[in-house]
Amino acid sequence: MTPVLDVRSLRKHFPIRTGMLGRVSGHVKAVDDVSFTIDRGETLSLVGESGCGKTTTSRCILRAIAPTAGEILFQGNDIAQLQRKDLRPLRRQMQMIFQDPFSSLNPRMTISEIIGEPLLVNGMTNNAERNARVAELLTLVQLPTAYMNRFPHAFSGGQRQRIGIARALALHPSLIVADEPVSALDVSVQAQIVNLLIELQDRLGLAILFVAHDLSVVKHVSHRVAVMYVGRIVELAPTRTLFATPRHPYTEALLSAVPVPDPRRRASRIVLEGDVADPSNPPTGCHFHPRCRYATDRCKVETPPLVEVAPGHAVRCLRTDEIALGSVTPPQN
Amino acid sequence: MSEAVAENRVAVATQRQLIWWRFRKHKLALISAGIVLAFYLVAAFADSIAYTEPFDTQAARSYIPPQPIRWFDANGNFHPQVFALKGKRDPRTFKLAYAPDPNEPRDVVLFAHGYGYKLFGLFPTDRHLLGVSDGKPQDALFLLGTDQLGRDVFSRLVLATQTSLTIGLVGVAMSLLLGVLLGGISGLHGGWLDLGIQRLIEILRSIPTIPLWMGLAAAVPNTWSSQRVYFAITIIISLIGWTELARVVRGRFLALREEDFITAAELCGASRLRIIFKHMVPSFLSHIIAAVSLALPAMIISETTLSFLGLGLRPPAISWGVLLQDAQNLQTLGLAPWLLVVALPVIVVILAFNFLGDGLRDAADPYG
Repeated sequence: MTPVLDVRSLRKHFPIRTGMLGRVSGHVKAVDDVSFTIDRGETLSLVGESGCGKTTTSRCILRAIAPTAGEILFQGNDIAQLQRKDLRPLRRQMQMIFQDPFSSLNPRMTISEIIGEPLLVNGMTNNAERNARVAELLTLVQLPTAYMNRFPHAFSGGQRQRIGIARALALHPSLIVADEPVSALDVSVQAQIVNLLIELQDRLGLAILFVAHDLSVVKHVSHRVAVMYVGRIVELAPTRTLFATPRHPYTEALLSAVPVPDPRRRASRIVLEGDVADPSNPPTGCHFHPRCRYATDRCKVETPPLVEVAPGHAVRCLRTDEIALGSVTPPQN
Repeated sequence: MSEAVAENRVAVATQRQLIWWRFRKHKLALISAGIVLAFYLVAAFADSIAYTEPFDTQAARSYIPPQPIRWFDANGNFHPQVFALKGKRDPRTFKLAYAPDPNEPRDVVLFAHGYGYKLFGLFPTDRHLLGVSDGKPQDALFLLGTDQLGRDVFSRLVLATQTSLTIGLVGVAMSLLLGVLLGGISGLHGGWLDLGIQRLIEILRSIPTIPLWMGLAAAVPNTWSSQRVYFAITIIISLIGWTELARVVRGRFLALREEDFITAAELCGASRLRIIFKHMVPSFLSHIIAAVSLALPAMIISETTLSFLGLGLRPPAISWGVLLQDAQNLQTLGLAPWLLVVALPVIVVILAFNFLGDGLRDAADPYG
């Protein structure tokens, strides 16, 4: 079976222009050789620190921006270099859920207009028909259909996010890109939204690309996790494997930052020194070596390839077989 | 129960309603809106409100102080009257001095016949809001006195209001059009076009206004009437005045382009035109209205200032600045302080416009 989404060697380099004439003096390699697949009904999480290229990757996939190189096979068709008008029929198949539930809804439109917009611009011009579909979608995201004529300002953050989800589902998409969909919400509301997403995925067989930095949420929703660092995937593994046996020092450091709800366990947090490397001038060799506590001289010169260490578990580290890394035991639930 | 109803009303309130509700709370702006409206009503019906032909001069009537309307007659009945003036020779200076003569009362009547004019420039009529029953109003009615040439100050003030409030409108409208158009192109297209427009704005903004006015005032053909000259200048000024608005519009477009709800509309396949007119324009329309309500008083004050300096409108045209020119020297002020009354409507209308603009700007973004 072909995966819903198959990303191959995706690159996005932003040129840095300087001076009056805008001469290109360098490139920010926001996304550098990223590959992964997502199947129907599967959630892949993309995690990493701010500025590691998660959001750029997701925007490239949605073709909100044009990638520099690589292939994006969406249901078997390469959409990486398609023109705007050729993209339109495919657009309805992939939708996005935004991070900020306040700026993602136009405050000047009613809920039925907001959810109905994708339907309207894709040719469902009959008002009654459209309203019926909007009501159906509101029920799907567990909001009362009586709220249809309200404006976004009358809703809480969690309710707005449900509206955003309803809009994303309006055109029966097969892929949903969720860019930090719960990080702007209260913890109690986060759980509701995450559970709604899981439920909708089961029911509609959605493929979800879940971009996040909160690992406890990621552990709950995703089937597989890709860890990104300075534009590259450093580790890609099934969720349980990644959390139990991380094979990359960066993953280990990220996992050690997850709070464990157990007062008897002493936190053994690995604090990373320094900032995320500058993607316009990344370190030589392994991009992570200046912050890595296992780094040797070899790491400074040799660029590690992404190697499959176990079925479905790929790591980009030269010393992955030499070092023993700590893990986070999944809480019993 | 009533609380729930109120909540519901807010939930389904449109943007316009929210703006109005917020604007309503700003009492000063609400009052100012009333004042501005009243001023424009005066401007629209200027000739009807004036009672004396504003160019009618008579040396004998020069510098007559304001005369009040006497509301009650000698018997204490309500009977508005004015006293006709009678000249008496001062026995020492031999100067003819005019004073109201109680023996010659004239009834003040509404909708009286007076000088002929065209209402809105279309309907010929000679009805005026005020007049006197027998005799001509120019011999009896002096609500704000007269100037050196014996012209009635009230009537001239009313006609000056018409000129001063309307002459800037075309200029502001042109600035608006240019500003929205060029600012929109700059913000939406970006790239080299944006770069070019921004540099053009910077050059235009660095031109000092007053020397430009002086140059232009000298450059237009001297066969033109002073109103036409001024009109030409306001249009040229508007060719510079659009820069401010263009920057605002560009900034809004740039900010909106990054908004998530715009991306959402793009992702669901909405056309570019739909995004611009359905999503972007409505969200800064209110800002434009506020910007215009602040641009109009600027235009009015510049007319008044320049006319006062002799660069804008010149007599025989009537405007606030021209009328204030009469009050330019100390001697006149000592002799006829009522000529300074023209400053009052200028101050009131500018303040009203500013408060109105503030109120509109605060109410413009009800979601902020």
